[in-house]
Amino acid sequence: MNNFDIIVAGGGHAGIEASVSAARMGLKVALITMDKNGLGRLSCNPAIGGSAKGHLVHEIDALGGVMGILADNSGIQFRTLNKSKGPAIWAARSQNDRKIYTLEAIDYLSKIENLEIIEDIVTEAIEENKQIVGVITKKGNHFVTKSLIIAAGTFLNGVMYTGLTPSIGGRFKEEAAVGLTESLVKMGFVSGRLKTGTPPRLHKDSINYSILEEQPGDENPLPFSFKTNKSKFPFLPQLSCYLTYTNEEVHRILETGFDFSPMFRGLIDGVGPRYCPSIEDKIVRFNDKLKHQLFIEPEGLDSIEMYLNGFSSSLPAEIQLKAMKKIKGLENVEMLRPGYAVEYDFFPPYQIDLNYETKLIKGLYFAGQINGTSGYEEAAGQGLLAGINAAAKILGMPELILKRSEAYLGVLIDDLVGKSTDEPYRMFTSRAEHRLLLRQDNAMERLSKYGYKYGLITKEELNQIEEKYSLIHKTIFSLNKLKIKPNQINNLLETKNLSILDNSETASKLIKRPELTISDVLSSFPNNEKKFSEIIDKPEILEKIEIEIKYEGYIQKQQELVEKLDKIENVQIPHDFDYSIIKGFSTEARQKLTKIKPRTLGQATRISGVTPSDISVLFVYLKS
Amino acid sequence: MNKFDEDIITALATPNGEGAIAVIRVSGKECFNQIDKIFKGKIPLSEAKKNTIHYGKIIYKNEIIDDVLVSIFHSPNSYTGEDSVEISTHGNPLIVQKIIEILLKQNIRLAEPGEFTKRAFLNGKFDLTQAEAVADIIQSRNDSALKGARNQLNGLLSAQINNIKNSLIEIISLLELELDFAEEDLLFISRNEIITKIEKIIRTFEVLISSYKFGRILRDGVNVAIVGKPNVGKSSLLNYFVKENRAIVSEIPGTTRDVIIEEVNIEGVLFKFYDTAGFRESEDEIEILGVQKSEKTILQADFVLLIHDVEQELDLNFYNKIISLIEENRVLLVQNKIDKTIKKLKENEIGISAKTGEGIEKLFKVLLERIGQTKIYTENSLIINNIRHLEILTKAKNYLTNAVKSIEENQSQEFISIEIRYTLEMLDEIIGVVTTDEILNNIFNKFCIGK
Repeated sequence: MNNFDIIVAGGGHAGIEASVSAARMGLKVALITMDKNGLGRLSCNPAIGGSAKGHLVHEIDALGGVMGILADNSGIQFRTLNKSKGPAIWAARSQNDRKIYTLEAIDYLSKIENLEIIEDIVTEAIEENKQIVGVITKKGNHFVTKSLIIAAGTFLNGVMYTGLTPSIGGRFKEEAAVGLTESLVKMGFVSGRLKTGTPPRLHKDSINYSILEEQPGDENPLPFSFKTNKSKFPFLPQLSCYLTYTNEEVHRILETGFDFSPMFRGLIDGVGPRYCPSIEDKIVRFNDKLKHQLFIEPEGLDSIEMYLNGFSSSLPAEIQLKAMKKIKGLENVEMLRPGYAVEYDFFPPYQIDLNYETKLIKGLYFAGQINGTSGYEEAAGQGLLAGINAAAKILGMPELILKRSEAYLGVLIDDLVGKSTDEPYRMFTSRAEHRLLLRQDNAMERLSKYGYKYGLITKEELNQIEEKYSLIHKTIFSLNKLKIKPNQINNLLETKNLSILDNSETASKLIKRPELTISDVLSSFPNNEKKFSEIIDKPEILEKIEIEIKYEGYIQKQQELVEKLDKIENVQIPHDFDYSIIKGFSTEARQKLTKIKPRTLGQATRISGVTPSDISVLFVYLKS
Repeated sequence: MNKFDEDIITALATPNGEGAIAVIRVSGKECFNQIDKIFKGKIPLSEAKKNTIHYGKIIYKNEIIDDVLVSIFHSPNSYTGEDSVEISTHGNPLIVQKIIEILLKQNIRLAEPGEFTKRAFLNGKFDLTQAEAVADIIQSRNDSALKGARNQLNGLLSAQINNIKNSLIEIISLLELELDFAEEDLLFISRNEIITKIEKIIRTFEVLISSYKFGRILRDGVNVAIVGKPNVGKSSLLNYFVKENRAIVSEIPGTTRDVIIEEVNIEGVLFKFYDTAGFRESEDEIEILGVQKSEKTILQADFVLLIHDVEQELDLNFYNKIISLIEENRVLLVQNKIDKTIKKLKENEIGISAKTGEGIEKLFKVLLERIGQTKIYTENSLIINNIRHLEILTKAKNYLTNAVKSIEENQSQEFISIEIRYTLEMLDEIIGVVTTDEILNNIFNKFCIGK
C-alpha cells in the first residue's frame, strides 16, 4: 500500500508530466500534492506557449506529454506569434481559462492507471547508501519508493511579499513546503534563493476597453497537440486581449514606493528573472524607455479577474493602484489583488545530471522550478524527461537525453547542468544555436520516435505521424522534379509584378521565390492540382512543405554544422575523470569541470569559465 | 587513459649526423632520478639547484660512454613544463645512439614526433595557434618566415581573432535580444551600423587572406616551374642555379622524366625551381607520365619560366597550352642561348645564357620584383602562412558577405544571426575551440621527433 516505484512530490506542470509518463510506462506511481483540487494550476499568467515556449509545448506533445492537450482543451484564445519573422521563430500561444485548465488536469490524471494521487506534503527524503528509499510526509506517513522526483515549484520555504509585509506561502492563499530543503541540505545538496513575481489582478468591469487596442486570436487557430480533434477546435468561446502602455507619470508614482520595495530594501535576496522583470526593475534598468507595453488578459470565461501582463510588482498595494490609475484604460480600475513577489529555495542545477538524476543521490530527481527555471513549459518539459528517465532506469531501459541539435528540451537540460545560472532560466530561441532545425512544425518528426520508444505514443499514432512526414517528403521530391512551363505560370507572375519565365523551371525553384507561396505555384495550373490532391486542402502540410523548400539552403547548412560539431559532441569524458592531473587548465576551468562532471567534450565547451585553450588541452589529452 | 605525467620520454633534439655537439632531450616527472643512475658529476642531479648546468660523465655498466654537459630544468620552467634534462654530448651519431639506448633502459621511452610540444601544450605553455607556430618556426627557412611565425607564437593571431569574435558577438547578442522581445518589435542596433561593422571585419579578413600568399612564400619558398620544349636548356639552367650537376643533362630529347627540385636562396627569399619534362607529344609511356607531372607542376607553381631557344620560332600552340594552365602574367618568357646568337633582343625581353650565366642576374631581379608586389607587409604585420587558416578565413569571409546580403534583403534577425554564428564557428577552429582529429594531426604531425 505504501510502496511505490516512483513518488512525485508536487502536482504542478512538472509533477503532472513526471507522474503521467512514469505511470504510462507501467510503473506504480504516487503523486503527492498539498491540494488535490489545484493540479496544474496556472499560478501566474493563465497562458501557455509564447516565443520559444510554444516550441517546448510542441516538443512535449511530440514526446507524448500532457501540456498541449490541457492547453487545447482550456484555451480561450490561440495566436501564432512572430509571424513577421522566419518559420523557426513562429511560436504558438494560448490564453487559457485557469479553472478549466485545472479541471482538465484533474480529469486527465484521474484516468491514468497505476497513478495514485495523495493529498499530503513531502517533508523529508530518506536515503540509504546514497540511494533514495522513501519519504516522510507532513501527515506522518512513511512511503517506500525506488525513486523520488521533486517538482515542488516555488513552495520550498516560499515567502510572499507585497510591500514590506512578508507572509509564508508558495502561492496566494497556499501554504509553503517546509522541511524538505533542510532534509536535502543534510544529504549534502547546496540550495539558493530565487524570486519571481506576479502582477495585480483587475476587475474586468472596471476597465475602459473602448479606448484600448484589441488583440483578438488568430482567425484559424491551430491546436498545440497532434491528438486534438481539429474539426471541433477551438472547444471554448474565444476572447480578446487588450494592449496598453505605462507612461512617465506611472513610472514616477512607482518610484515613490521604491523605499518600501522588499527588493530594494534587501529583504529579498533571491535573484529575479532578467527577462521577465518586475515593473520596478524595468523602470530602473531601462530608464531611457518612457513607456512599457502591457497586456490586459482574461483569466477565464466566467472569471471577473483580468491579468495585467508586464506589471509584475512587489510594491505596496496602494502604490500599485495609484500608478495603475494613470494608465490608459485603467483610469477607474478596481484592483482585486495586488501583485506580489515570491521568494523560494532552488537547488543550483549543476547538481543534477543530463537525465535529471542528482549526482549525489541515486534515484533522486529534480524537475521544474527547483532547478532554477521559470515558466510552466520549462517545468513541464523537465517533468516529462525526469519521469521518463526515472522509469527507464527502473525498467532497465536506456536513458533519454535529447541533444541540443535535436530539441529545445535538449538545450534546456544542457544549459541547466552546464551553465547553472544564478537567475531564473527561461527559454529563448536565442539559446538554441541550431534553431533553424528546431521548429514547431517539425517537432513530431524530430521527437515522436522517442515518445513511441518509451510507450507514450501508440503505434497507431506513430504510423499516422510517419505517414504525414513521408507524404511531405514525397511531395517535396516531386516538386523538385516537376517542370513548370512559362505559359503555365507567367500570367500569375505578371499579375504579381514579378519577372516572368523564359524557360521551364522546377516547381521548387519557383516556391523558393520570396514573393510566391506553394499554393500560388500549385494552383497556377489545374493539372497538377489533381496530382497533389492529397495535400492541396491541408494548409498545415502545405506550410511544412513550403518551409522545407524555401529554407532548404539554411536547413542543409545547419545540418552540416551539426554533423561537424558532433565530432566533439561525441567525445566521451570518463566518469570521475581526474582534472587535477592536467596542469594546462586554468584554475577556474578545473574547478568547474570537477563540479559539473561533463559527460562529453561538447558539454564541456559550454561551461562558462572553460576557455578554448582548456578545451583543446582536454581534447588532446583525451585523444592521447 | 595513459599516465603521461609519470611517463618519461627522450629523443635527439639536434639533427642526425656528425657535429660538434648533439643534444638529447629528456622530459617527465622526476626524470633527474633516472638520469642520476647513469650520470656521474660532482653532485647528483636530483640534489642540484634548480635550472643549472652540470659537467660529468655518462657511465653504463662501468663503461664511460662520453663526457657531457647536462642542463636541468625544473617544472614548470622548461619547454614542456615538466621536469626536463638536456644532455649535450659530442656530436658523434654512435655516441648519441648509445646514450639513447641506455636511457631507454632506465624506464624512459622514445618520444613520438611532436610529443615534447604536445606536452608543452597540455601543460598550458601555449595555445593551439602557438603550437602551430612552433612547428613553423622549426621549419622556417629564412629570417622573414621566422618573424612571421614568431608573431603567431606571441599570440598575435589569437588576439586578432578574439577581437573580431568579440565584435561579432556584440552584434549577434543585440540581434538576439531583438528576437527575444520579438513581440515588442524593438530595434537595438541599426542595420547600417551592423553593415559598417561587418564590412570592416571583412576587410580585415581580406588583408589576412591576401597575406597568405606572401606568408606561404616566406615559409615554403616561391615555386617556379621551368618549362620548355625539349633541348632548350631547362636542366642546364637549373644546373647553373645550383652550380652542381644534380639534374641529368643529355643531348637525347626526353631524359628528364621526373620533376627535379632545387632550392636557391636569392636575397633572403627561398626559390624552389622545378625542372619539368619537356613538353612533347610522346608515345613513350614513362614519358607521358612525366609530361602529366609537368602539367601538375605548372598548376601548382607561383611562376613559370618558359625557356625558349632564341634561335627558334616561338611555337604559339605550345605557348597557349601553358597559359591555359596558369595566368599569363605569371609566365616569364626566357630566351636562352643568347651566347650562341647574333639576334638582338627587345628592351622588355629576358635573355640569358644557361651556359655562361649571362642575364641570369637580371632574371633574378625580375623574379624578385614580381613577388615584391606584396611589400605592404612589414615585419610586425600578421601574416597567414598556414593553409588551414587560409581556408577558414576564406569561408568566414563568405559567411559575413552572406550576412550583409541578408541585411540588405531585409531578412529577419535569425537569418543574419546564423551567418554570423557560422563565422564564429570558423574562427573558433583557428583558436582551438572546435578541435577535431584532423586539426590536431595537422598540427602535431608537422613536428619531427625531438620537438
